[in-house]
Amino acid sequence: MATPRDKFGRPIVVVTGMGIVTSLGAGKTDNWAKLVAGESGIKTVTRFPIEGLRTTMAGTIDFIAVDPFTSTSLSERIAEIATDEALAQSGIGSKGDFPGPLFLAVAPVETEWPQRLELGRLIDKKDFDYYDMLRASGGGRFAPYHDRFMFGSVAKYLAENFGTKGSPISLSTACASGATAIQLGVEAIRRGEADAALCVATDGSVNPEAVVRFSLLSALSTQNDPPQGASKPFSKNRDGFVMAEGAGALVLESYEAATARGATILGVVAGCGELTDSFHRTRSSPDGKPIIGCMRKTLADAGMEPEQIDHINAHGTATPENDKMEYHTTSAVFGEQISKIPVSSNKSMVGHTISAAGAVEAVFSLLTLEHQRIPPTINYDVPDPTIHFDVVGNKARDARVTAVMSNSFGFGGQNASLILTREPA
Amino acid sequence: MTERKEVWITGIGILSSLGEGLDAHWDALNAKRINVDDKRFAPYIVHPLAPVSFDAQIPKKGDQRQMEAWQRIGTYAAGMALDSAGVKGNQEILSRMDMIVAAGGGERDLAVDTAILNADAHGNFSPGFLNERLMSELRPTLFLAQLSNLLAGNIAIVHGVRGTSRTFMGEEASSIDAARIALARIEAGQSDVALVGGAYNGERLDLLVLFEFGDFNLTGEFAPVWARENNSGFALGSAGAFLVLESREHAEARGAKPYAKLSKVVADLAQRRQPGAVTKSLETLWSKLDVDDDVGVVVTGATGAEPVTSEERAFLRQHQGLAVRATGTMFGHTVEAQFPLGVALAALSVSRGALFPPNDPTGLEVEKSDPPTQIVVMGTGHWQGEGMALVEAVK
Repeated sequence: MATPRDKFGRPIVVVTGMGIVTSLGAGKTDNWAKLVAGESGIKTVTRFPIEGLRTTMAGTIDFIAVDPFTSTSLSERIAEIATDEALAQSGIGSKGDFPGPLFLAVAPVETEWPQRLELGRLIDKKDFDYYDMLRASGGGRFAPYHDRFMFGSVAKYLAENFGTKGSPISLSTACASGATAIQLGVEAIRRGEADAALCVATDGSVNPEAVVRFSLLSALSTQNDPPQGASKPFSKNRDGFVMAEGAGALVLESYEAATARGATILGVVAGCGELTDSFHRTRSSPDGKPIIGCMRKTLADAGMEPEQIDHINAHGTATPENDKMEYHTTSAVFGEQISKIPVSSNKSMVGHTISAAGAVEAVFSLLTLEHQRIPPTINYDVPDPTIHFDVVGNKARDARVTAVMSNSFGFGGQNASLILTREPA
Repeated sequence: MTERKEVWITGIGILSSLGEGLDAHWDALNAKRINVDDKRFAPYIVHPLAPVSFDAQIPKKGDQRQMEAWQRIGTYAAGMALDSAGVKGNQEILSRMDMIVAAGGGERDLAVDTAILNADAHGNFSPGFLNERLMSELRPTLFLAQLSNLLAGNIAIVHGVRGTSRTFMGEEASSIDAARIALARIEAGQSDVALVGGAYNGERLDLLVLFEFGDFNLTGEFAPVWARENNSGFALGSAGAFLVLESREHAEARGAKPYAKLSKVVADLAQRRQPGAVTKSLETLWSKLDVDDDVGVVVTGATGAEPVTSEERAFLRQHQGLAVRATGTMFGHTVEAQFPLGVALAALSVSRGALFPPNDPTGLEVEKSDPPTQIVVMGTGHWQGEGMALVEAVK
């Protein structure tokens, strides 16, 4: 039998393992049950003081402890939990020996406030400056903080722990990072470089400065009460996204390798695409051409026509700008048919998991294909009359779903889309 | 698999402590010039960025204001690379040019940080204090000058590079992987033309603090990389280095001339807890390049940090025929920019038919008089990751 290839002669890339952690819980079972029940993971922040903040709620992961707490350590821990789940499901390799590379989407790393404050408190001098800080930093007392706050630290840990092969790649394409991690894995398998790839995306960065940064850009919802009502994708009264934490992990394999070892195939990554918007640092080009081009590139990469897509897992951040732009661009790609494609935003329930979102939503898309049931967009009580999506509002919907497009758009002109299908085309 | 495509380096952009552009760098290297500042951050040493007018590559002041120094350095070097490849302003090519940038994060507002830390040390720290100070004192757009992927974002906005945009993070290894993935994509026909590189602002107190946590900074008297055995560490340097890579057929179709060919990029993650692991990993990577020790030249980004520099030295001692050049001596440690800088200098040397002279009192670096046709670029991260590229003359 010939090598299983797609219509372009490339190896078909399938998913054989998935893991997920969100503010709803750890694991696919728990997440899926709550997601289709329309539960929200958004709550008032208790991890740090909220005095003086305009936005006081988030989708934090508080049921997993890391000590000492840093956002980077939480990102690492939830990535590890999601990866454990994905590997257990896949059954690939053996413990500590994954037979392929690691592609990790992770939030940019920096020294965090608790550690910076710890350093400052050591300086026995009134009105000290940063040179005093520098002189107090060495001598090995803070050596673990060097390792912790290197950008490559999470990938290094995961690569060593799971025994992935070669140089692990840490990447950021802002809110599209999770999709990019999957795309890099797909490309490596299509090139024939690897039979398997571990694609992980993680974000544990709900900390005061991160909240302030997005707040100062007026990107966050300020509808703090009740917190679970804040994230309102496609609603007229939406006012911003809700920051959240999460991790998604996917084991990708060539169809040939997966079938040869008798693995259960959970779905197919049929296509990926990306196209940069050079218009502005935070806003999309008003004509939407880069997003339209991104979706079309993804369809072309999958060798599919728009009418073959029967569900869209939207980026749907609930910022006024995103949802409007997403509707206009998506309808340009899908034409009149758009009113018949059920669209939903997981972010209404789990918030915006930023660096992790592309992978978290890919996992939810694959679960949608598995269960033939589309999770709802909750808080959809006042539909935006200018957005004519068939929004799966408030209640999950049973539907025949064969192909899902999952979209991710981010600051810096990042646009990435994935098409996930149940069976090889 | 279809046959791998040959990949050419057709554009080079460098901005560093030694100046800007290929001629300035070639002259500085041949004059063995080193630009260090041992006063500003004394006892720490840095290689400061040479004076530059950013207007030449970033014409809008508004764009410059939206960036911090690391982004300006990178956007400038990227523009030089596009100029050098003859594609600046060529909208047809730019609209499908792929980009992989190796990046860290941007500058902090040290005045805000210092004020908060002092208030805290004096006990003026109510529960909402940090929030209130950050909300009222952080410049709203500073975040965009800090986000790792916004160097690529700025390159897209300023120069119109807008095929795809990916940002790799993770210090030295991120730029090795950027070159590795860009090369693999072009070889496999997944991409025709790509912009690859990185940028670093080494003149940052917060980064000196970060590396001081691990006692990695060079202090006291400056010494070349190979002469730091008794005073190890690196002097951070400011630099941006970008390359335009394209398939030979793509370059020939538009009449572009190559500086050199990028034949291979390999990388790995040695388990450094085991002494000797890096030396062994470098040996394995070397064996994948199929190069001959007799003709070989190595341009290395060796940092001067220990124990890894000694591990790299041990590897080099097993290959006595090699002419070695450590860019860390002349440029300092430019972290994410070091590997593309090495590839840039290798391609420049191949294209000029000469290797720049050694700059090393220890004798590890030796003269090479004949024109180099094969140069291996090495990058060994100060705490993790290692890789190599093979740059060759186009036949």
